Amino acid sequence: MPAQKRFKILSPTAILGYGFPLNSFARGMEERPDLIAVDGGSTDPGPYYLGSGKSFTSKEGVKRDLAIIIEAGLKAGIPVAVGTAGGSGAAPHLQWCADIVREIAQEKKISFKLGIIPGDVEKRTVKKALAQNRIKPLDHTDLLTETAINESTHIVAQMGIEPFITAHEQGCEVILAGRAYDPAPFAALAVLMGYRKGLALHMGKILECAAIAATPGSGSDCVLGVVEQDSFVLKALSPERKFTRLSVAAHSLYEKSDPYHLHGPDGHIDLTQCRFTELEEGMVRVSGSQFIPSEKTYIKLEGACPAGFRTISIAGIRDPVLIDKIDSVLKDVIQKIQPFFPGLNMNDRLQIRQYGACGVMGVLEQEKQKGHELGLVIEALGDTQEEADALCSLYRSTLLHYGYEGRVATAGNLAFPFSPSDLSAGRVYHFSIYHLMEIDAEELFPLRCETVRGN
Amino acid sequence: MKLTDIATVIRSKNAGPFLLTLDIMFKDRFTYEKFKKAGLMTKERAADIYGIEVDDIQSVTFFDPADAVKITFTRPIVSGGLGDTDIYGAQQHVPLMNWEFSLNL
Repeated sequence: MPAQKRFKILSPTAILGYGFPLNSFARGMEERPDLIAVDGGSTDPGPYYLGSGKSFTSKEGVKRDLAIIIEAGLKAGIPVAVGTAGGSGAAPHLQWCADIVREIAQEKKISFKLGIIPGDVEKRTVKKALAQNRIKPLDHTDLLTETAINESTHIVAQMGIEPFITAHEQGCEVILAGRAYDPAPFAALAVLMGYRKGLALHMGKILECAAIAATPGSGSDCVLGVVEQDSFVLKALSPERKFTRLSVAAHSLYEKSDPYHLHGPDGHIDLTQCRFTELEEGMVRVSGSQFIPSEKTYIKLEGACPAGFRTISIAGIRDPVLIDKIDSVLKDVIQKIQPFFPGLNMNDRLQIRQYGACGVMGVLEQEKQKGHELGLVIEALGDTQEEADALCSLYRSTLLHYGYEGRVATAGNLAFPFSPSDLSAGRVYHFSIYHLMEIDAEELFPLRCETVRGN
Repeated sequence: MKLTDIATVIRSKNAGPFLLTLDIMFKDRFTYEKFKKAGLMTKERAADIYGIEVDDIQSVTFFDPADAVKITFTRPIVSGGLGDTDIYGAQQHVPLMNWEFSLNL
């Protein structure tokens, strides 16, 4: 039995840094929440951010959001929990976010106990698990290799609720966690207080997207979740939004492969018995979410490795004769420049996207009709930036003056919107690790506490 | 008819970097039930609509609480991989919009 009848969680925004209206946040604080929790990241923006250690959110945005949240949390005497800090939740991301927190403390002259929970896994730990056959691919079939482990810049594991529970038990007022299972920062304290894990996690799963599950949806607005003994209630905090039975149920589908079973580190949330009931004032009650523990604990590992350097060039084609032949022309030009780069496989080095034809869907595109104009994005990959620049430059200039069969417009084949026409885009990363690791006796996610003092 | 005649939401999105997941939400329960009973959406049908192998379709799930059907399949190229065209996978839904079928409502 929980010590109190209900436990309220304020979710200010879908991703820390996406912003939220101050009015919504104030309405949320008037509800006297027991916790403010927010998700700090995602793998959605692709492998670059995890690989490079950079955030896909801006410092300005994160600082603005955090300053408001931390100040309100301290004033109300309730904890603030952030999962997947810095966008990807590896050491540099966590460091970046912690520095922002310390900066806020200095500027606002506030002091508090900060708990930092790294999500990184040491390479030797992963290698040991690999050697003991405790690692399997997730959503794909590529077995993990020593090479992939060695080449990954950062390897993170998705922590569940336990590290957050430890931080709450230690009295941390602000908790910054590395890579975390999205619902974990939301659900941990409720579970610690005695609420059902299935309800707490399912509510966390919805709250981590903030108002995306309301209608009209928004990733930049606050919502409130209230977990009770055998159900939870969702409440929008802006007059222009509400939760409906359908908006909440529909959210169970959002970016998940299986809407009935939502998998996490030590089990899954079973929604087969779930009931969604509309209440007054745009609130929805959810009941029947069950947590089904798994026999073994599997944590999700993520890693990205450098994959060379990229240079791109953007150009348009309006000539109907060329548009008609474009596929063969693009291939011919690759053949033409191959001798200049002996030993390089051009198919691994050059990608020409045709916007107006198949730029968006690539191999899945079934529409044969091309537009009256085509936008080309020439992408070259090199082992160095110079090599990528050289590849892109030669492909671009060769295509510009290529004399194809039936050519009428003999002065140039491409319309460039910019000078310089080529943009050096820097390092490229690929996902190298997306696997499940069976936990044996690993001591992961060590909590570090510090007192942050604003002078 | 087309799905756009009877669905209010047709969308695509990554479910992690390796999977693409498509959601169709019908305008009301009645239409959803009719569609579901007609057996119009199967793994084979989804593979046909997208021109991919049936083995690449991970699941077709009818989700009654949201009057919705979900199709999940393996992305042809991992998100952010060489030649990927849609990092978030949010613009891969149009083949579903264009699909034509018969259904007596």
